[in-house]
Amino acid sequence: MSALRKLFRFHGGVKPDYHKDASTRQPIAIAPIPAELVIPLHQSIGGPPRPLVQAGERVLKGQRIGDADGNVSSAVHASTSGTVRAVEMRRMPHTSGLSALCVVIEPDGRDEWIARQPFDFRGASPTETRDYLRDAGVVGLGGAVFPSHLKLNAGKQGRLDTLVLNGAECEPFITCDDLLMRERGEAILKGAAIMREMLAAGRVLIGIEDNKPEAIAAMTEAARTAGDDAIQVVAVPTRYPAGGAKQLIRVLTGIEVPHGERSTDYGVQCFNVGTAYAIHEAITLGQPLISRIVTVAGNVGQARNYEVLFGTPMRDLTALCKPLPDSDRVIMGGPMMGFRMPGDEVPVVKATNCVLVGSGALFPPPPPEMSCIRCGECAKVCPSDLQPFEMYWFARARLFGKAQEYHLFDCIECGCCAYVCPSRIPLVDYYRFAKSEIWAREVEKEAADLARDRYEFRLLREEREKQEKAAKLAAKTAAGREKAAAALAEAEKPARTPEEEAKHALIAAALERAKAQKEQAQPENTSNLSPEQQAEIAAIEARRAEIREQAKPHLRADD
Amino acid sequence: MFEALIVMALGAVVLGGALGYAAVRFRVEGDPLVEKIDAILPQTQCGQCGYPGCKPYAQAIAKGEAEINQCPPGGEEGIHKLADLLGREFKPLSAEHGIEKPKAIALIDEQTCIGCTLCIQACPVDAIVGAAKQMHTVIADQCTGCELCLPPCPVNCISMEPIAESVENWKWKYPVFKLTPSRKEAA
Repeated sequence: MSALRKLFRFHGGVKPDYHKDASTRQPIAIAPIPAELVIPLHQSIGGPPRPLVQAGERVLKGQRIGDADGNVSSAVHASTSGTVRAVEMRRMPHTSGLSALCVVIEPDGRDEWIARQPFDFRGASPTETRDYLRDAGVVGLGGAVFPSHLKLNAGKQGRLDTLVLNGAECEPFITCDDLLMRERGEAILKGAAIMREMLAAGRVLIGIEDNKPEAIAAMTEAARTAGDDAIQVVAVPTRYPAGGAKQLIRVLTGIEVPHGERSTDYGVQCFNVGTAYAIHEAITLGQPLISRIVTVAGNVGQARNYEVLFGTPMRDLTALCKPLPDSDRVIMGGPMMGFRMPGDEVPVVKATNCVLVGSGALFPPPPPEMSCIRCGECAKVCPSDLQPFEMYWFARARLFGKAQEYHLFDCIECGCCAYVCPSRIPLVDYYRFAKSEIWAREVEKEAADLARDRYEFRLLREEREKQEKAAKLAAKTAAGREKAAAALAEAEKPARTPEEEAKHALIAAALERAKAQKEQAQPENTSNLSPEQQAEIAAIEARRAEIREQAKPHLRADD
Repeated sequence: MFEALIVMALGAVVLGGALGYAAVRFRVEGDPLVEKIDAILPQTQCGQCGYPGCKPYAQAIAKGEAEINQCPPGGEEGIHKLADLLGREFKPLSAEHGIEKPKAIALIDEQTCIGCTLCIQACPVDAIVGAAKQMHTVIADQCTGCELCLPPCPVNCISMEPIAESVENWKWKYPVFKLTPSRKEAA
């Protein structure tokens, strides 16, 4: 229901030329399946997914080819059926022009789906639903590609006041959300209903800039059909960047989310309308995120919106729109916040809301940069209430700590400051430079802290080992000495225990008995003798005595 | 006269007691300056400064025994930070301690490794795993690039690999100024 409601204002903002007409004249078309799909594994914020397929393997449309690495990550799927040709490094749709791991699929043209099953999110726990969405690869399609399952958490209170659906689409040239709302409003609302249940949100506000009357009408009609009073379609004034999450929340609810806090702490969560559509597809239809609506506009003969499979080379997409002969560049995103691509062969990814074909005539090179004259125009238009000129000086002087003190990280890089700068300073380039330097330093600091801990632990361990060794040696020496001392003591006085005493006594008694027995027993050849034998023995003894008598003097002389 | 003396003596006793209590109660453990210097140092633990680790070097700087320009891994930026912290003059990196190199990590050629464990003993952060007569390998995330494992290796199977630029660690470059000739030069 569209309703008259009090709206609020965000600070600053600009009104650039919108150039949205060209791409809204025709309905969304399905882009043909290209000859080769290059699907980067890392398409969202968070850890890069692990590849699940190998070269030569056959994959089906919607089959998971990259598994989320941890919870802050999102899965990646094959956009159509075909054969995996390679899992290799390919140039990414990234300003750096560097490569990353991609799954290269050769489509078989059959476009064969995996078995699709709707997910019963009412019967599942919130955690299960979030895991399902993570594995379905659903991420924010507004451009930041933040994993949606992490945002579908009602926070501490367990419920939210407002779910904001962002259909503002404030950036020039881009019309993908506009067309999506015009044509698929019902599905968006179904997705919104699912999110509303998961977040236990009281109401749903759909913010659409008032330069899209068709989209507003279509969504209002869809909301009326849905018959849910809690869903309200709100037209917001057209002013760039009304589509920034914090800016739209401010306009719709009057809540200004402070630095370093989350909107959920204030009972508000914001999603792009494209994300709502993707959630509907994932949960109601069981289809993972494998395509999105992309605006192709700029220096082309026939600007249009296409539903594009992820991995489609941008070249194939722009070719559909008859680019003008003087086209010399491809920009992903709009002219304010977009990134110039290193080439036109890079693939369409989840973050690609627009492929803008540029030329020297359409986007003339910026005039030479001049000195900052401290006019303060940038601060007047900053939608985040920052002081861009201060941040510029500090970033330029590489005083990153100072730049952070001026809340550099609250900058949304909308480009309003650079848009109005009379000295044509590329301010956002300085902020991006400063931000990436600060991030790099943070990574280095973490690594240094880890190294310090490990080094200190190693010192500790070495010290402990030394002590243990010394203790062992001391124990060994002590044991040796004790043994020697014990042996000595044994030799000096046989200290006996009572048991030993008893044992010894037993042995002594046994010896005694043996001796007595021996004495009792007579030598056998001298016992029981006959008188003749006795007489003979006596005669022999007498002779011996006689001989001994005779031998006495000789024996003595011998001595 | 006598009263004044008593008042002064009493004051001295009370204040002395308070100071003594504060010295015990609010005692600072360790040397906060050493901690601050240590936080700036890159924790490579490479010993190029001439001290057996970053902490001993930090202690030496705090005592005034060492110059602030002896840490090649910290580079010019580190020297600037130390100069700011200590209120000393910036000095260019001292050549005798080494030169600033791009960050690299050690890589063991697993075909050549004989499993002697000498590198494991040399690694200051225990970033090499392996056992006697078993292949060794470097835990890349924990390697500080100190190069201390290079000299002990009897088969020279360890090399330093510079960290490659990737989409994850890529940094936006400093915006470039286009230099246009001044009118005077053009004329």
